[in-house]
Amino acid sequence: MSKILIRGAKVLGGEPQDVLIDGAVIEAVGSGLSDEGAEVVEAGGKVLLPGLVDLHTHLREPGREDSETVLTGTRAAASGGYTAVFAMANTFPVADTAGVVEQVWRLGREHGYCDVQPIGAVTVGLEGKKLAELGAMHESAAGVTVFSDDGKCVDDAVIMRRALEYVKAFGGVVAQHAQEPRLTEGAQMNEGIVSAELGLGGWPAVAEESIIARDVLLAEHVGSRVHICHLSTAGSVEIVRWAKSRGIDVTAEVTPHHLLLTDELVRTYNPVYKVNPPLRTERDVLALREALADGTIDIVATDHAPHPHEDKDCEWAAAAMGMVGLETALSVVQETMVDTGLLDWAGVADRMSFKPAKIGQARDHGRPVSAGEPANLTLVDTAYRGSVDPAGFASRSRNTPYEGRELPGRVTHTWLRGKATLVDGKLT
Amino acid sequence: MQRHLISAADLTRDDAVLILDTAEEMARVADRPIKKLPTLRGRTVVNLFFEDSTRTRISFEAAEKRLSADVINFSAKGSSVSKGESLKDTAQTLEAMGVDAVVIRHGASGAPYRLATSGWIDAAVINAGDGTHQHPTQALLDAFTARRRLVGRDAGLGQDLSGRRITIVGDVLHSRVARSNVDLLHTLGAEVTLVAPPTLVPVGVETWPCDVSYDLDSTLAKSDAVMMLRVQRERMNAAFFPTEREYSRRYGLDGDRMARMPEHAIVMHPGPMVRGMEITAEVADSDRCTVVEQVANGVSIRMAVLYLLLGGNEPAVAHPSPTTTLASRRFAPTPAFRTTEEK
Repeated sequence: MSKILIRGAKVLGGEPQDVLIDGAVIEAVGSGLSDEGAEVVEAGGKVLLPGLVDLHTHLREPGREDSETVLTGTRAAASGGYTAVFAMANTFPVADTAGVVEQVWRLGREHGYCDVQPIGAVTVGLEGKKLAELGAMHESAAGVTVFSDDGKCVDDAVIMRRALEYVKAFGGVVAQHAQEPRLTEGAQMNEGIVSAELGLGGWPAVAEESIIARDVLLAEHVGSRVHICHLSTAGSVEIVRWAKSRGIDVTAEVTPHHLLLTDELVRTYNPVYKVNPPLRTERDVLALREALADGTIDIVATDHAPHPHEDKDCEWAAAAMGMVGLETALSVVQETMVDTGLLDWAGVADRMSFKPAKIGQARDHGRPVSAGEPANLTLVDTAYRGSVDPAGFASRSRNTPYEGRELPGRVTHTWLRGKATLVDGKLT
Repeated sequence: MQRHLISAADLTRDDAVLILDTAEEMARVADRPIKKLPTLRGRTVVNLFFEDSTRTRISFEAAEKRLSADVINFSAKGSSVSKGESLKDTAQTLEAMGVDAVVIRHGASGAPYRLATSGWIDAAVINAGDGTHQHPTQALLDAFTARRRLVGRDAGLGQDLSGRRITIVGDVLHSRVARSNVDLLHTLGAEVTLVAPPTLVPVGVETWPCDVSYDLDSTLAKSDAVMMLRVQRERMNAAFFPTEREYSRRYGLDGDRMARMPEHAIVMHPGPMVRGMEITAEVADSDRCTVVEQVANGVSIRMAVLYLLLGGNEPAVAHPSPTTTLASRRFAPTPAFRTTEEK
């Protein structure tokens, strides 16, 4: 493979430097590096980050190829600056066996846009009753280390306890979708002032917080690590902060949409704003931003959830929950965290690459931008501002809440092990 | 007035008074030997009912027919909807047949709003009840009934409900009637108090323009009207209250409680009543209970709404003025409303 010289890139937002890639590896980082024998990419002051890592993606294959496939989903990921995504288990069939996780893992490798690390289901069929063969999934070619019933909560306290304990044998982690099922029967949106007016079934914050409180205590009791998916409320932040202060081994993620949008948008009854957990209040949004800045929340994860048009072009109650997010995540993080002064670009690299790779044990990802490291990189034009046009998405689905919204930042290049997957904003 | 009627909260005080005044004109038609106006001749209205509601549907149908509209009744049961057709396709199919207005009842909150704002159809949309959100014509007919009884049929013209104290009792949480009434009665200047067990009051109610009480007895003496909401027995199974009997004892309206209301105060109910649950037969059958009047008033209100939204091809009654524009008829109570009897 030939050499690539990225000239004048602000590495993690610092002073402009040159980065030389040789094959799959970063050969050198410094000033005035020779471009001999190298293809030159003029960065011109753009920010260079380690390739982003998404711990929470729905690729829909197998089973719902009408909304996304491993190919379209990984192209969307590359477009958004990602070099690794963790694919959630709620496919058809459910990724609860070694066979299914190996299939998904292999498809990602074959397409070559972005590494796909499958997440295994915690329980058979996501039904919360019986542990799936977690060990078999871990030992498969896919090497699963993250397990989640995402979309559903592992609500049975005993099953959750056993899962937390069991995965310790091979260093796995359970990622909990925290949603007390009885408190959220018929839930359509955040329970509060807006739901009271709109007459939509409420999804109370306590349904998330009570599960998180229980699970951090369980993790403490059995000495396990637990990860909390898409944390969405100010109260959840307080519980995680308390748990960390006690030394409990808990990590947490927040989605871009929960950093930007509030339940006021539901007044439009436009199902593009329907998502689970639901959009919360401004107070929650501000608490989540602060928690991401101070490290209480460890990472940003997209919960990229593609749905076909017909599943959103209907009345609110009939619509599917979820939003696509891979291609807008970095822009939303720039808007809510960087441009607000809460986080610098090194902080973004930490929350969107280093930490998610560490939690998910994606060893070749989330590495420093320095000599000898894998050349998984993304180049961002942070001066750009433009409105979101879903027609340009690489994802098969268009269910974005940001259509027409002006956002900053644009990923122009992505390299996966030295191979360009995105050049000048175009997929290779 | 707007093109659609989706929520009682969308109505200004003047819009609402105009509808009530227009409904009084419409009510006079009901007293004639021939209860029919040519106003909506040649126009087609579809009653698109995704939820069973015989009383609301026939009330709209009576109003449409008295205005000479062509009426299509579409019930979701046994139709293409039960075979999986979407709301969008159903609505577009109907519009392709040349429908001027859609009266929609739907189990999903917000369905009429989606229909009116998603660019699916051009027809006017009238919300006949959506989920636990709104039921604006019910609120209008309730306000109409209250104004007639508390202010007076003729004295009420042009008037709102300023200073009247109206208490709404029952399952507020699941009630589109309560939401619509809080919005409209507040707009009309009334002081509204909601009374319910705390389990049947929504979280977030604190921003509503009304008071909330958990104690019925303390509100009775200061109520000009007490509106009882239907309470479904099934709610008991979801632990909203322990038993029917306990609910009736604490929140039901019986003769003793009615006796503690001021002499002029009325008892309202949107129907259908669950006798023995939220209201006793003694109260339901008393002169102070307006439930039957409310049904009759519902037709007048729906005639007024249809007339004002669709602005008929001809004025509501005879003597069309060639200079009267569609817009002026739609937005102001022109002399075209006057009945021949008055002239």
